[in-house]
Amino acid sequence: MELLSGGDMLVRALQDEGVDLIFGYPGGSALHIYDAIFRQKSIKHILVRHEQGATHMADGYARATGKVGVVLVTSGPGATNAITGIATAYMDSIPMVVISGQVPTEKIGEDAFQETDMVGCSRPIVKHSFLVKSAEEIPEIVKKAFYIASTGRPGPVVIDVPKDVTNPADRFPYRYPDKLRMRSYTPAGKGHSGQIRKAVAQLLSAKRPVIYAGGGVVQGGGAELLTELARRLNFPVTNTLMGLGAFPGSDKRFLGMLGMHGTFEANTAMHHADVILAVGARFDDRVTNTPGKFCPGAKIIHVDVDPASISKTIVADIPIVGTVQSVLSEMLEILKSSDEQPDQSAIVDWWRQIDDWRERHGLYTAPRYRTDGALIMPQEVIRAVYEITEGNAFVASDVGQHQMFTAQYYLFDKPRRWINSGGLGTMGFGLPAALGVKIAHPDEEVICVTGEGSIQMCIQELSTATQYHLPVKILCLNNQALGMVKQWQEMQYEGRLSNSVYEESLPDFVKLAEAYGHLGMKIERREELYDKLREAFAIKDRTVFIDVYVDPSEHVYPMQVMPNGSMRDMWLSKTERT
Amino acid sequence: MRRIISVLMENEPGALSRVVGLFSQRGYNIESLTVAPTEDASLSRLTLVTIGDDHKIEQITKNLNKLIDVVKLVDLTEGAHIERELLLVKVRASGAQRDEIKRSVDIFRGQIVDVTSNMYTVQVAGTSEKLDAFLQALGEHTIMEVVRSGVSGIARGEKVLSV
Repeated sequence: MELLSGGDMLVRALQDEGVDLIFGYPGGSALHIYDAIFRQKSIKHILVRHEQGATHMADGYARATGKVGVVLVTSGPGATNAITGIATAYMDSIPMVVISGQVPTEKIGEDAFQETDMVGCSRPIVKHSFLVKSAEEIPEIVKKAFYIASTGRPGPVVIDVPKDVTNPADRFPYRYPDKLRMRSYTPAGKGHSGQIRKAVAQLLSAKRPVIYAGGGVVQGGGAELLTELARRLNFPVTNTLMGLGAFPGSDKRFLGMLGMHGTFEANTAMHHADVILAVGARFDDRVTNTPGKFCPGAKIIHVDVDPASISKTIVADIPIVGTVQSVLSEMLEILKSSDEQPDQSAIVDWWRQIDDWRERHGLYTAPRYRTDGALIMPQEVIRAVYEITEGNAFVASDVGQHQMFTAQYYLFDKPRRWINSGGLGTMGFGLPAALGVKIAHPDEEVICVTGEGSIQMCIQELSTATQYHLPVKILCLNNQALGMVKQWQEMQYEGRLSNSVYEESLPDFVKLAEAYGHLGMKIERREELYDKLREAFAIKDRTVFIDVYVDPSEHVYPMQVMPNGSMRDMWLSKTERT
Repeated sequence: MRRIISVLMENEPGALSRVVGLFSQRGYNIESLTVAPTEDASLSRLTLVTIGDDHKIEQITKNLNKLIDVVKLVDLTEGAHIERELLLVKVRASGAQRDEIKRSVDIFRGQIVDVTSNMYTVQVAGTSEKLDAFLQALGEHTIMEVVRSGVSGIARGEKVLSV
């Protein structure tokens, strides 16, 4: 058997796992591993500018491809800098393996230079973690880490590797295991057939059904099945922020996003529904508004791979634990093998009602923002980009108003094209995530939608884009303030703008982009919006930073009324309430 | 409601901190906790007492099950079970008190395991309720120091928690 050092074993195990890309940043404790990377060819390493950038890049890569994102950082500050990105991946159930260097085993606990208890620090935000005790353990730990990260409800796994374990002088026999035996981990498989039959019967008896689909449908590869099911039944579908793309945004059965900034028709239909089929969604507080007032007349069918998500905040009438693919295909089989159809006249009435809601306040039946002013409205920027890219771009978003405008106005027909930090709401996610997507899909249009606040949280990655030639578009909706914070301060704090404005301190983003070797473009006048955007999107071989000055006073609507509101209680504009 | 949850988990470093971390992270109570290896050295058995309604207990057991190191668990309070806790208490015992304490120890089927001219160390095993009652019977003035093991438990009958 071949003898390898721990560092070489680690890299070989990654190769045997099929890894061809690592995002990382070297440092003392990780140097043996970095040397092993230098001495091989098949794995490409992307050198980021900050470890947070590495985790978000791997995350964006994982979201766009469904593969496991791999990160390599050093101990101490390298490891703690990765924490925000690990938490982001954890909240959105993204498969990721983070390898962190650690001080040598005999120094652990001595407050050594660049020592931090990474297993301890990351414990609440990982699916699992390993501290490697000897080099011989490495192949099995790597195999387990990838298996745990990518199966069941996916999530990040940390492997903390003390430096002595990777010492090039100590060599051991290497064999990558073909099979794993884990008595303590059995991810859910097929759902319970009896429950699935009960759910189908419930769906067939529905008069006002809504399908509520979340990120689990995207992650679990269930988008096609969900689309087939919804079309077959002719049921309306709403997606969560994480689920956008799980059902085609341009399908007439799509109600738009639901929740805090969901559409009027989606939230109102949920409130009045008699049967809700929740798939791969977790009844997040940004969806349900006040749990006690959530969908008072609805029977709830909840399909999820994670039993702990079921009946956590909202009690399910028909819980089904299983993979989205297996449960949805079993539902479809039952429907196809019987002649039973839902009550057609009830469904027609329900659609008539929904169409009336759409007509009154829907986002897609008429512009719900100002169209005759001098200032550029943020919504029309997203709409313009949607038209210019024909809805085919991969869009990575940062966090704030621009994220909500994009979720509302860029309609995704395919899964894995909308890349955003939904659960943790991490500002700074957008740019590195977009770069991760671009590496996965070099020939696709990749856009980072951001704001002048978020972009400055990971702006250093503009340099990574230069080094690896990653021509993404950065669309900055610049309102010269922390827009979402300001919106809440205006709505709930009588307009006291505590620390949410920049007071003329913003950099010139055009010059900044140029300093990194990119192209900068500023759009200030409404009449030049389309032409300039077309010009920017015609450039394919450069990173383009498009700084668009938008109406700084605009708010995101609809916005659910808080606290104590139900799904249907919404502000529709600054003055209009349901 | 008070529940006794018994957990079989991998006898690995860090496994206990994952269980304890889960409780603090999600705001669940731990009334008592004991843990030790089993006859199979690769497994530890952890018994914890917690308080919560059915919904909370369901969440606790689901989230415990999600931990990769947890192999199996059972809520012992769902069925007939035996629970035991060990109490060691150091009491002042001189003069006439000595006989009286001895009588109390006999009533509670305890044992005096250490003696000096001024004190006894008493050992009592039983349910937490019984240990509470014994301490009450002693009276707080006689008690010098108390240590309790936390609850261990096992199901009655042929039901077993094993891999």
